Amino acid sequence: MLNTASETSSTIRVASRWFGFSRWRGAGTAVVRWLGSVALTLFGLVLVTFAMTRLSPVDPVLQLVGDHASASTYAAARLELGLDRPLAVQFGRYLVRVGHGDLGQASSTGQPVAADIARTFSATLELATVAIVIGAASGLALGIIAAMRSGGIIDAAARIVSLVGYSIPIFWLGLLFLLLFYARLHWAPGPGRLDVLYQYTLRPVTGFALIDTALSGTAGAFRSAVAHLVLPALVLALYALAGITRLSRGAVLEQLGQEYVLTARAKGAGPWRVVFVHVLPNVTGPLLTIVALAYASLLEGAVLTETVFAWPGIGRYLTVALFAGDTAAILGATLTIGSAFILLNSLTDLAVARTGRGRDR
Amino acid sequence: MTDVLLRVEALTVAAGAATLVGGISFTVGREKLAIVGESGSGKSLTARAIIGLLPPGVRRTGGRIALGDRILTTTGWQGVRGRRIGFVPQDPKYALNPAHRIGRQVEEALVLHSRLSAGERRERALDMLHRVGFPDPQRAYRAYPGEVSGGMGQRAMIAAMVIAGPDLLIADEPTSALDHALRDQILDLLGGLTDDTGMGLVLISHDLRQVARFADRVLVMQRGILVDRLDAGALAQAGHPYTRALWRAHPSAASYGTRLPEAIEETLQP
Repeated sequence: MLNTASETSSTIRVASRWFGFSRWRGAGTAVVRWLGSVALTLFGLVLVTFAMTRLSPVDPVLQLVGDHASASTYAAARLELGLDRPLAVQFGRYLVRVGHGDLGQASSTGQPVAADIARTFSATLELATVAIVIGAASGLALGIIAAMRSGGIIDAAARIVSLVGYSIPIFWLGLLFLLLFYARLHWAPGPGRLDVLYQYTLRPVTGFALIDTALSGTAGAFRSAVAHLVLPALVLALYALAGITRLSRGAVLEQLGQEYVLTARAKGAGPWRVVFVHVLPNVTGPLLTIVALAYASLLEGAVLTETVFAWPGIGRYLTVALFAGDTAAILGATLTIGSAFILLNSLTDLAVARTGRGRDR
Repeated sequence: MTDVLLRVEALTVAAGAATLVGGISFTVGREKLAIVGESGSGKSLTARAIIGLLPPGVRRTGGRIALGDRILTTTGWQGVRGRRIGFVPQDPKYALNPAHRIGRQVEEALVLHSRLSAGERRERALDMLHRVGFPDPQRAYRAYPGEVSGGMGQRAMIAAMVIAGPDLLIADEPTSALDHALRDQILDLLGGLTDDTGMGLVLISHDLRQVARFADRVLVMQRGILVDRLDAGALAQAGHPYTRALWRAHPSAASYGTRLPEAIEETLQP
């Protein structure tokens, strides 16, 4: 008994040390508090989505049985759905179903919502991840160099690029890209996620086109997946880059004016060493937050971009469900997007706490 | 005091059209030289010009600075900063990097200017931390700046600047951010290191009593020019009216933030 307790506590200690709570005292409670806050936020999200079903004008019974059903059929269905029970009981059942991964049946596709979302969300996740990798890498590089050469040509270029990224509607840019690279130059394939040739033969293993095509071993399939991804990923990357460049430039520039930078230069450190060794460790927190927020906004599903590029992602799925009044699909998609947002932000908070360990007093 | 380490000739520093340091000349040997003056007298800018770290918008516009037989231009600081000249800034709270452990900051000059292995660097850093007065160097080595007091932070700063064995150490008001009780300790440390290593020390200060006790020679600056130079021991009997006024103007809580008294205004008349 005593033994297991100490083993558990040592596991927590190792885990908590990794998460950056360097002092043992309070480390376990910090992890528990983090898990608790994530759980509580997720619970709140489920509560809100449940409330949406009550507030929405769509009658779930009518949606199931159709307009011409008899009164007795209607009553039976209502009983079947448990809509005669008190709200608290209905919410409890909803919670249990969601907990089991059952999000109901989508009337617009005739498929279980969970299956639809697994398919569409992985498409969005793939696009958003590629876009954020490109956007964050180039945005951080541009922002940092702009800060180092503030007032110079690169700084001016960075300002123009982020202004463009901010102010031009990205779906319009997507249309322009398609017009130029697909219609005129024939460099890129058209909309969609894969060539029709591979679209129906590909066995979905992971749900990520890049990985599945690579696994399939079919020549050309992987190249097709990459080619289809390039344009939408670049458009979304430009959108992410706009904010990342501007904010990272500001964060680095502010640090360059700090006294410790003068000290580093007095020791003989050159400009690159000053930025990468001295300044960056002091701005990892803000930079991580900037990138995570951009990633989260991409994960919400760039509805218009997905529509322009006929990308079968969750943004487009949600839009179609909205127009069809498909309550189960809307709820499932909202819940998924919300959960992704909460998880990403909580993980970022944890990572930021880890980078600041031991020094902030 | 026999050999000249640093020779400054007709140094001018300006921000745009405004001349902030107007052609000053002096030499520094193996000694403790203090530069004193009011705020805005150009004493800090003189110090920063020597190591080439003037604030943005301020430039060295003329003069010649020679460190031994090396002429210091406004570019090309390779092997000078951190290696031959050290610089101790005012406030350790801001001048130490909050994200790096103290050991790493003390070692940095060795990383940049020596071929020592990591183990040798660590050994030298621990030794240096011990010399500047850390009772437990191992612990200080691992600590972050936020975990030590201001006085200990300044000791770590001095360790970081002296570890590479510079010929010259410039200390820009190194004690003005510290409690009164700590000031003498830090000065004693600087003086002891100067004597032990045979380097030259340039101390920028506005506290003449402190300087009289500590330094060998004193340069007095006013409005960007040198108005007086004398031995530190002669400060109490200074002949120059501005130096006398500075000596008499004993800073106190009551006079904080006010200009120096009328005696100084007299000397401003041409």
